[in-house]
Amino acid sequence: MSPKLAAAFALLPEYLGWHVLLSFSALALGVAISLPLAIAASRSARLRWPLLAGASLIQTIPSLALLALFYPLLLALSTLSKASFGHGFSALGFLPSLLALTLYSMLPILRNGAAAIIGVDPAIKEAADGVGMTARQRLFQVELPLAAPVIMAGVRTAAVWTIGAATLSTPVGQTSLGNYIFAGLQTENWVFVLFGCAASAVLALAADQLLGLIEAGTAKRSARLVLIGAIGLVVGVAAAVAPLAGLGKADAYVVGAKNFSEQYILAELMADRLEKAGGQVSRKEDLGSAVAYRALAAGELDVYVDYSGTLWTNVLNRKDNPGRAEVLRQLTAELKKRDGVVVLGSLGFENAYALTMRPDRAKALGVTSIADLAKAAPKLTLGSDLEFLSRPEWKAVDGAYGLSFKAKRSYQPTFMYRALMGGEADVISAFSSDGRIAADKLVILTDPKGAIPPYDAVVLISPKRTGDSRLMGALKPLIGKIPVGSMQAANYSVDRDQQKVSPTEAAQALARQILPGS
Amino acid sequence: MTGPAIELSGVEKRYGALAALAGVSLSVEAGEFTALVGGSGSGKTTLLKTINRLVVPDAGAVHVLGEDASVAEPHVLRRKIGYVFQEVGLFPHLSVAENIAITPKLLGWDAKRIEGRIANLLGLVDLPLEVGARPPAALSGGQRQRVGVARALAAEPKLMLMDEPFGALDPLTRDALGTDYRALHDRLGLTTVMVTHDMAEAVLLADRIVVLRDGAIVADGTPGELLAKTADEGVRALLEAPKRQAERLRAKLDGAA
Repeated sequence: MSPKLAAAFALLPEYLGWHVLLSFSALALGVAISLPLAIAASRSARLRWPLLAGASLIQTIPSLALLALFYPLLLALSTLSKASFGHGFSALGFLPSLLALTLYSMLPILRNGAAAIIGVDPAIKEAADGVGMTARQRLFQVELPLAAPVIMAGVRTAAVWTIGAATLSTPVGQTSLGNYIFAGLQTENWVFVLFGCAASAVLALAADQLLGLIEAGTAKRSARLVLIGAIGLVVGVAAAVAPLAGLGKADAYVVGAKNFSEQYILAELMADRLEKAGGQVSRKEDLGSAVAYRALAAGELDVYVDYSGTLWTNVLNRKDNPGRAEVLRQLTAELKKRDGVVVLGSLGFENAYALTMRPDRAKALGVTSIADLAKAAPKLTLGSDLEFLSRPEWKAVDGAYGLSFKAKRSYQPTFMYRALMGGEADVISAFSSDGRIAADKLVILTDPKGAIPPYDAVVLISPKRTGDSRLMGALKPLIGKIPVGSMQAANYSVDRDQQKVSPTEAAQALARQILPGS
Repeated sequence: MTGPAIELSGVEKRYGALAALAGVSLSVEAGEFTALVGGSGSGKTTLLKTINRLVVPDAGAVHVLGEDASVAEPHVLRRKIGYVFQEVGLFPHLSVAENIAITPKLLGWDAKRIEGRIANLLGLVDLPLEVGARPPAALSGGQRQRVGVARALAAEPKLMLMDEPFGALDPLTRDALGTDYRALHDRLGLTTVMVTHDMAEAVLLADRIVVLRDGAIVADGTPGELLAKTADEGVRALLEAPKRQAERLRAKLDGAA
């Protein structure tokens, strides 16, 4: 077996366990909520329309957005509960994923359920009344048994949707089979991407088949088929979830990472040091920028690496640029004062947003600075990552230089570089520590007006871990130790097309280089 | 039982602007076989359903088996009344035997008594015992309606309501089932109210014919009385129709022979 495939299989028990636990819980909750609603909808035409319209509306929200929306909502609720009852709850991970997927699973069950109950032959309903059934007896002895096959068909559809959409719970911090897909997409590890897709598809097929047995059982009135399907389902869920019980990580350090290679490498680097210091570590990767900082402030992450400029503009909402050292100084003071978050220090390199062009293209257009770019922009296409255009940094640059591009396109970071090399984008919002800049000899445009703030990579510690000497002791030695060249080399070893290594291997190589002998 | 089995007085029912029942009063004695006859929209089915409260009247009083139907729990009342209708409405997810057993089960009879009752009823409606294990879908139309009658009789009701019970059957089956039911009515001492649009069926089976038009009773009596007494042209035409039909049939068949 190839090492990548072996690595994928090694992660399967944890990823699959969470994926099954999450989708099964969401589906069970979805059935428990939707079925009574379906019965209510079948009884009252006045209720039916708003219920079905509501469920349809939820379905039109992209599932990733639905998952993302629950995070701030739960965070607000948690803060409220902390204020009124003295303790909050985790707004990251399982809970937002469960709620979003539950909502997502409701439409097919609700729609099929209401239609099936309404669709029971009126003659049979009249007979049920005629033989002397109460409304309740009619529902449980006649209408529900007759509607069961159609209701089960709805449950099957919901199960397949839920299992598919559960892969999207990775960015809100819930481990799932989506971890393969998000990490694989980022590091161009296609084995991981395919593995994640295949695992999720096989899981969906298996659930569909078992629920199909129950559906066939209700249609043929065969209690045996229903029982076989139900037992298969319970045994399958139990078997998949069992490995999670072994992952007892009550007091583990939670190391966070955003969704790009440098973040994975640095997370592994920190995790490795924490483990060597005797700590247990769990990882929450592929987090969105804003999610990561708020999760750390709320104590759901213990440590992650962010960038001074990002925090400066997005968290402190500052638009000025007092210089690299001053930004870091004020940031350290402000975050401590505001959220109790400790900035342990800068790792020693910057990863700044850098408007970057292919050397031949820059030369042909005579562009060396962003000021030059402003003149040529109307003929050019800007390629950016998914966040850049909605971040204050872009507004600052645009405000300072007045950039009106012919077109603007957003990409996953990996594909952004591809687009630049392929000529689909003329300028991209690259990252200065990215190994591909040096490897492809890309030109970074200068910023004469200083519109882009400095981006020192800083280690952030959550308020509840500030007194943890093991954590501090393990991570302090990293401060100031990583020159930008070393980070670029490590990033490139993960991002390049040939002889790629995993983020873990890159982290080990980086550790040997910057901390020899430890 | 003291007093009539069914006592309706001044019963009214409107559906929007349409008066389905315009103040109907009717008294049915225990043991009578009454046919409610009339064209479509005459109100005969609505009238029948006020008796087991499948239709709740807007005004008037309904007393059934000595009880005020507006006071009794509808499901309790219905368990004492057999109900048979054209679509039969057998429960497709239950076997024939389970269909027949439904009202006794709702009444909490013990399993042994129910089992005996099923065998007894299949015999009464002239169906072989092994039919009990089959699903309703495996039966012919006539067999299904026999099961419908058996189900209605299961809890030993004294009163049977029938809404075009044999209307969807072929003529031979219809005739056989009608005759068989009339025999059961006599043997079990039932009170039966049957809705039909077929005057021939009414004349052949019923002791008493009640004719409705536009939600009101226009004639009421034995077939002979009606023909002798009625001044209403429509009722007379309705009553004479089967006789004329029979005469024409005879003439045609004789002419052909």
